[in-house]
Amino acid sequence: MAERVRVIIDGESLDVPAFATVAAAIAMRGIRGTRRSVTGEPRAALCGMGVCHECRVTVDGRAHVLGCQTLCRDGLSIETTR
Amino acid sequence: MTADVIVVGGGIVGAACAAELAARGMTVDVLDAGGIGGGATAAGMGHIVVMNDSPAEFALARASRELWLALGPQLRERDAFSRCGTLWIAEDDEELDAARAMRDAFAAAGVRAHMVDRAALRESEPSVSHAMQGGLLIDDDAIVYAPAAAQWLLASSTRIRVSTGCAVHSVDAAGAHARVTLANGERRTAAHVVIANGLAAPDLIAGLPLEAKKGHLLITDRYPGTVRHQVLELGYIKSAHHARGTSVAFNAQPRPTGQVLIGSSRQFGTLDPAVEMNVLAMMLARATRYLPGIGGLNAIRAWTGFRAATPDGLPLIGPARFPGDRLWLAAGHEGLGVTTSLGTAKLLVAQMLGEPLAFDMPDMNAFCPQRFAPEHADG
Repeated sequence: MAERVRVIIDGESLDVPAFATVAAAIAMRGIRGTRRSVTGEPRAALCGMGVCHECRVTVDGRAHVLGCQTLCRDGLSIETTR
Repeated sequence: MTADVIVVGGGIVGAACAAELAARGMTVDVLDAGGIGGGATAAGMGHIVVMNDSPAEFALARASRELWLALGPQLRERDAFSRCGTLWIAEDDEELDAARAMRDAFAAAGVRAHMVDRAALRESEPSVSHAMQGGLLIDDDAIVYAPAAAQWLLASSTRIRVSTGCAVHSVDAAGAHARVTLANGERRTAAHVVIANGLAAPDLIAGLPLEAKKGHLLITDRYPGTVRHQVLELGYIKSAHHARGTSVAFNAQPRPTGQVLIGSSRQFGTLDPAVEMNVLAMMLARATRYLPGIGGLNAIRAWTGFRAATPDGLPLIGPARFPGDRLWLAAGHEGLGVTTSLGTAKLLVAQMLGEPLAFDMPDMNAFCPQRFAPEHADG
């Protein structure tokens, strides 16, 4: 069985496989919109390969981190803007 | 006649002139070779800032800022008008002295300004380097998204007709008329022609001493609260007057979206619009000195533009070639075109109609286009 790590998404803990991406962890949690566009529309991961920048979330206090290009590690804090 | 007045150039200065003329009951034909607000108007920061470099420019900027503050509440959200204030940052005692001198000059002219000490600077702008000693806060300075504001001004009256993609080949005046010949050969006549096409003005009026000063800007993703005022280094004032070479000065603006707009650079002798990585790097290194965390922000775009500068740094506002000319100039505003656009329009229209100016101007000849003519140069 794969090693698991615990991340915090919007204040709630979630166990995910180590080396899952942040975008995957957010999908496991079932969150569908992770940020708001300038005009207030919901946005979420789209391309999954670091190109579209739609998956931006705040990771460990750093804004605009690409969720699809960031790996989960124990204790990682993920904040979405819903 | 196609209109009472033809305005060549639909940037912020041309738009302001058109709106002022229309507000005085005249019909106005605005021609722009590209789109509205697509030149220096779109390239700049849209900082509405009072500076006291010379008495005339100080008076124009102060009066013009008042006009912007009065207009602000009417503007739309997309015009992004915000009275965020300007915070001039002092790095050492010498710059603090310069800030105090500015404060005193501003106070004497009734412009709100107050010194900010080191603790207050940290409090009001936590992202600014703790090595900075304080600064000067100009409460009533503002920002605006100038290309949108230019469109708003042009839509302010049904007496304004706008033609975009409409290049002008030449202008002339004879008798009671002024005339514009378009690139496609079409001719339009009016009582007056206002030339407000910035760096392209010398194509229409031979011999105008306008020089391009290239500038770079960069904008980040949205990081609300990174800076709260438009923050500049006091050294900006020195840098802005360099006559040659490449210089950079720290200047950062909080966009209403939370983005940070970062400048500034100055280069001479180039019309190449390419972003130059070495200049951008110098500019960002300078910005990092003032905002040490800026390297952690994502930039989303960088671009360049060209300021239209005159030899003495003051704009050309008035009859183009001789007193009483039907060709008029409103160009060469360098980095202050957005700030001084509304005041420029008042100044131009007052001259055109032979009316007194609605605000104090210590030297009515400071912006006279003929000040660079050869007969004046002989002194």
